[in-house]
Amino acid sequence: MAQKTIAGVNLEVTEDGYLENPSLWTEEIAKEIAKEEGIELTEKHFEVIKFIRENAEAGLTIRKVGKSGIVDIKGFYDLFPGGPLKISTKIAGIKKPASCV
Amino acid sequence: MKKILILGAGTGGTIMANKLRKSLDREEWDITIVDKHKTHYYQPGFLFIPFGIYNKQDVIKPKANFIPAGVNLIYSDIDKVVAEENKVLLEGGKVLNYDFLIVATGTRVDPDETPGLKGELWHKEIFDFYTVEGALALQEYFETWKGGKLVMSIAELPFKCPVAPLEFVFLADEYFTKVGIRDKVDITYVTPLPGAFTKPKATKMLGALLEEKNIKVIPDFYLESVDNKEKKIKSYDGLEIPFDVLTIVPVNKGDDMVERSGMGDDLNFIPTDKHTLRSEKYENIFVLGDASNIPTSKAGSVVHFAAEVLFDNLLCAIKGRELRAKFDGHANCYIETGFGKGSLIDFNYETEPLPGTYPLPGIGPFGLLQNTKMNHYGKVIFRWIYWHMLLKGKELPVENHMSMAGKKKS
Ligand SMILES: Cc1cc2nc3c(=O)[nH]c(=O)nc-3n(C[C@H](O)[C@H](O)[C@H](O)COP(=O)(O)OP(=O)(O)OC[C@H]3O[C@@H](n4cnc5c(N)ncnc54)[C@H](O)[C@@H]3O)c2cc1C
Repeated sequence: MAQKTIAGVNLEVTEDGYLENPSLWTEEIAKEIAKEEGIELTEKHFEVIKFIRENAEAGLTIRKVGKSGIVDIKGFYDLFPGGPLKISTKIAGIKKPASCV
Repeated sequence: MKKILILGAGTGGTIMANKLRKSLDREEWDITIVDKHKTHYYQPGFLFIPFGIYNKQDVIKPKANFIPAGVNLIYSDIDKVVAEENKVLLEGGKVLNYDFLIVATGTRVDPDETPGLKGELWHKEIFDFYTVEGALALQEYFETWKGGKLVMSIAELPFKCPVAPLEFVFLADEYFTKVGIRDKVDITYVTPLPGAFTKPKATKMLGALLEEKNIKVIPDFYLESVDNKEKKIKSYDGLEIPFDVLTIVPVNKGDDMVERSGMGDDLNFIPTDKHTLRSEKYENIFVLGDASNIPTSKAGSVVHFAAEVLFDNLLCAIKGRELRAKFDGHANCYIETGFGKGSLIDFNYETEPLPGTYPLPGIGPFGLLQNTKMNHYGKVIFRWIYWHMLLKGKELPVENHMSMAGKKKS
């Protein structure tokens, strides 16, 4: 486990930079993690992030976000290019989604 | 008479029918099981059909052979569960009431979820091997194929038997080597996962094996559509992969019955307590096997281990006691790696597949995350065990809970 200061807050993060404690997340923290990923957060990003935080417990898939009514799958890729689920969950301050075996 | 109703007479439903009939009083408990098909398919055998190792008759038997006397067997399509009223509607309007319900309707492939997949090339140059029809069509195709680009692609997670597409490419490597055209066959493995498999140690071992066999891996590929004209698969972020023959694991979903019943998640899997195996919503409904959303492999071995736990907990529930058995997510999968060898992974919710040895009284040990002849025999005898012991709910010489014996941590 590592320590990292994000948006002036000292936080515990996993090896690949995911917050250990989702309850310490703030929008400021999100913006700073996003910047490291090369993403400038817009309203739309935050709508998706809200959906992701609300559905973290139930398990997330790209398909599920695509059915959220906020973005379709293509739109999700446009907002978080590369690995939309991996990147958006990191910015949303929740655990990295574990794909089950 | 009190009633137990089982939906689905596949691996899980059949095991439960056998276990329950043996232990519950016939004067007191009526047991009914419903399935739409009369044929029981040995699904793990589908993998071997494209390569002519098995044929249709090796993987089918009548369902009725495995349902014990004293259990009512109904062949019908299930329309839906009306959980609030403790009843199930069958196609045609027949109503079945229950005191306890076990849902074991499995998962099926739905090629219609991917645009273009079920187009003009379906079962001509695009094949699944998760259905007997697809596997047989592919066998015929391979018999005369001259070589080219073979692309194995996985459409969505989760899918049942997560090692099956890996085994498929290993067996393809062997098959085309023996036919003498391996140099003309370019094999590519395309997956939405970040690597060959989900967990680090198994990914490393299997990734190295793929490389050794000259099978290309394209990770993080999330399939959007299939272009039948240009013969390409496309991802949501604009990658395109050309193919001559495409083998696919289509999107896996729970049965539509689950959706009609309003019981599933976005892929029709039923929210289930991962330890007790009871529905999260209904006290008198249990979910066994692939139909549930528990975070472990969708595999026959898991169904077998889970059935023990479900059985204990159902007996508790019948007596109005607290559910005390806890499922640990135990999975135990043999992986065919080609040329008469195999590997083995054994894991649960908490422990990823580790290397080492797997002790099995009288037969083993098998090598965990190793590539051995012994593991291949494990897979071969699994078919016999499946038909003769597993379905009938007999005790197998394997531990129900995962054990750390033989496993190496680092
Ligand atoms: C290619 C392949 C290879 C595999 N290899 C392995 C392996 O090596 N090892 C391993 O452990 N597992 C393997 N598996 C997985 C294993 O076969 C399944 O996980 C297991 O059979 C699941 O059991 P189940 O009872 O949950 O569902 P199933 O056995 O699929 O049974 C579901 C039943 O429900 C019935 N049903 C569904 N909906 C309805 C409805 N509406 N009305 C009436 N009836 C309905 C179906 O007809 C079916 O009989 C493999 C699977 C495949 C496809």
